[in-house]
Amino acid sequence: MQEAIRAGTVQEPPLFEGEQTYERITAQIGDIPFEKHPIGWTVMFGLGFTGTTLLVFALCMLLLWGVGIWGVNQPVGWGFDIINFVWWIGIGHAGTLISAILLLLRQGWRMSINRFAEAMTIFAVMCAGLFPAVHTGRPWVDYWLLPIPNWLAVWPQFRSPLEWDVFAVSTYFTVSVLFWYMGLIPDLAAVRDRAKSHLAKVISGILSWGWRNSAVHWMRFESAYLLLAGLSTPLVLSVHSVVSLDFAISIVPGWHVTIFPPYFVAGAIYSGFAMVLTLVIPFRILYPKLREYITMHHIDMMAKVMLATGLIVFYGYMMEAFFGFYSANMFEKYMITNRMFGPYWPVYWALIFCNGVVPQLLWFRKVRHHLWLLFIISLIVNVGMWLERFVIVVVSLHRDFTPSGWGMYGPTIWDVATYVGTIGFFVMMMFLFARFVPMLAMAELKDLWYRLYGHGGGHNGHAKTEAPAPTRTGGGV
Amino acid sequence: MAHAAVVSRVYGMMAEFDSPEALIKAAQQTRLEGYRRFDCYTPFPIHGLTDAMGVREAKVPWTVFICGLIGAMFGFGLQVYTSTIDYPLNVGGRDLISWPYFIPITFECMVLFTAFGAFIGMLAYNGLPAPYHPVFNVPQFARSSVDRFFLCIEARDPKFDPERTRAFLQSLNPISISEVEE
Repeated sequence: MQEAIRAGTVQEPPLFEGEQTYERITAQIGDIPFEKHPIGWTVMFGLGFTGTTLLVFALCMLLLWGVGIWGVNQPVGWGFDIINFVWWIGIGHAGTLISAILLLLRQGWRMSINRFAEAMTIFAVMCAGLFPAVHTGRPWVDYWLLPIPNWLAVWPQFRSPLEWDVFAVSTYFTVSVLFWYMGLIPDLAAVRDRAKSHLAKVISGILSWGWRNSAVHWMRFESAYLLLAGLSTPLVLSVHSVVSLDFAISIVPGWHVTIFPPYFVAGAIYSGFAMVLTLVIPFRILYPKLREYITMHHIDMMAKVMLATGLIVFYGYMMEAFFGFYSANMFEKYMITNRMFGPYWPVYWALIFCNGVVPQLLWFRKVRHHLWLLFIISLIVNVGMWLERFVIVVVSLHRDFTPSGWGMYGPTIWDVATYVGTIGFFVMMMFLFARFVPMLAMAELKDLWYRLYGHGGGHNGHAKTEAPAPTRTGGGV
Repeated sequence: MAHAAVVSRVYGMMAEFDSPEALIKAAQQTRLEGYRRFDCYTPFPIHGLTDAMGVREAKVPWTVFICGLIGAMFGFGLQVYTSTIDYPLNVGGRDLISWPYFIPITFECMVLFTAFGAFIGMLAYNGLPAPYHPVFNVPQFARSSVDRFFLCIEARDPKFDPERTRAFLQSLNPISISEVEE
């Protein structure tokens, strides 16, 4: 097998479908902002916009009446707000994984999904950041979280993971935006060169900073891009580790465990890949030309990453159960029994079903190549990851040390409205992005195309099947 | 300045190629010919092109490194200053500089500063934003972001001479040659 790979007789499936040229790649992707959008776009944007108005309404109510309109109370002081925060920020992490870690690992298949996934990251982090910002009860004094010299003469508590969260999430958002925007600059320049209308020329011209594709500029661009990728990699791991420390540093049973940081990071990537699939599959239907770049091979790879991280997450569940009993600690033992057989038992078993049982289907190639099945699995995984956060946040809090302090938690209509509203906002932003920004990284795709097929004097990047592929074995076209 | 009149009018001479290989070869030739002030324009980064042009620099990595140092020192310094000098809080005699607890924020500040260093550094060294540049005066140049590869020898190169430079570029077998107006 090793010999066969080295000899190049084992071929990877192609990363492009159909006959491509540099011109075609640019036209297919770069013209989307100038074309009339499909009817499905209008429908989805409309749904997203409706959700956003719901979000605005729910937030107005929250500002008017305070967090009392939510279901949180003693003993469960963290409800939907923190569940949704962790859920959203976890979803964002797949974008950084695809754009940074897979770049460092030289995975060619990342090129056609990275722009898309990074946009997903940015919008997901926006949704995530909203929750801690408004859950403080008095969002207008949120600036107290920042180290600003003030007349109170006090500083934030730098030893608290909640304060680390402020730094981690805001840094993560800023770096994600910079990384995404920097990758966009050459592509916006390509859009500028194609724009017909004066307005489009001016806007894309300003946003591309006068980029002129100079080789020296590309050299500095690549070096900056690679450095940003290298820095985003530890950053993304740190962000979800810090999020998990919000829990792990406390002494609440079920939270005070060392497994949390890696287990949270794996869960984040798992849910993020599920969200990428949830988005990519409908977008391929809406914009059929994307199928030439996001092939079944790409979908297959994403499903495999989902399976691998899903297994890590499931291992985490088993370890939680094991240590619950092995610790011989009364409270830990009660916590895990309560999860499995307490009042919230259906949530726990639904979680095991969604994140433990259903992903096992991904072992089968037939499932990984069946788009609808995969779409449904990705939705189930998204639900499962949300349930996981529910189990961690609520089930641990609602019955801790003293039975006299036990209670139950349920969301109110405003909890649900805020959550559904953020989903609407996310959908709206994704569709706006698809409409106005080149959805795939054109320059990187052309680079990949050149490296795979363009050598051997191929004019205009026309494929030459006998061409040697330096970075990986190229599939025939 | 004998060439003053020419320099003010002509920015350079530009040749158009249809493949990265042709451009790399042309860049090598141009360098061997003794030209130093020239640049290439390509729709995507081409590895080995800057080597062929004889350009080598590491300004961006150094900037990022220094920004990272400043960011880490800022993050750590902020926490040490606030918890020892500005508002020391004695909690049961525990250390004021509890440095392991300061690591996450130090790290985040470092990454934040490096990200800005990389982004702003890249733009600044590239001289961007550049609202105007002469190369855009060439009509074919619009394809530099699509599928064509350009080489432009600038008029400020001491070896530049409209006739001879054109003849040299012609010898590289380009698709087209155009004069770039200032």
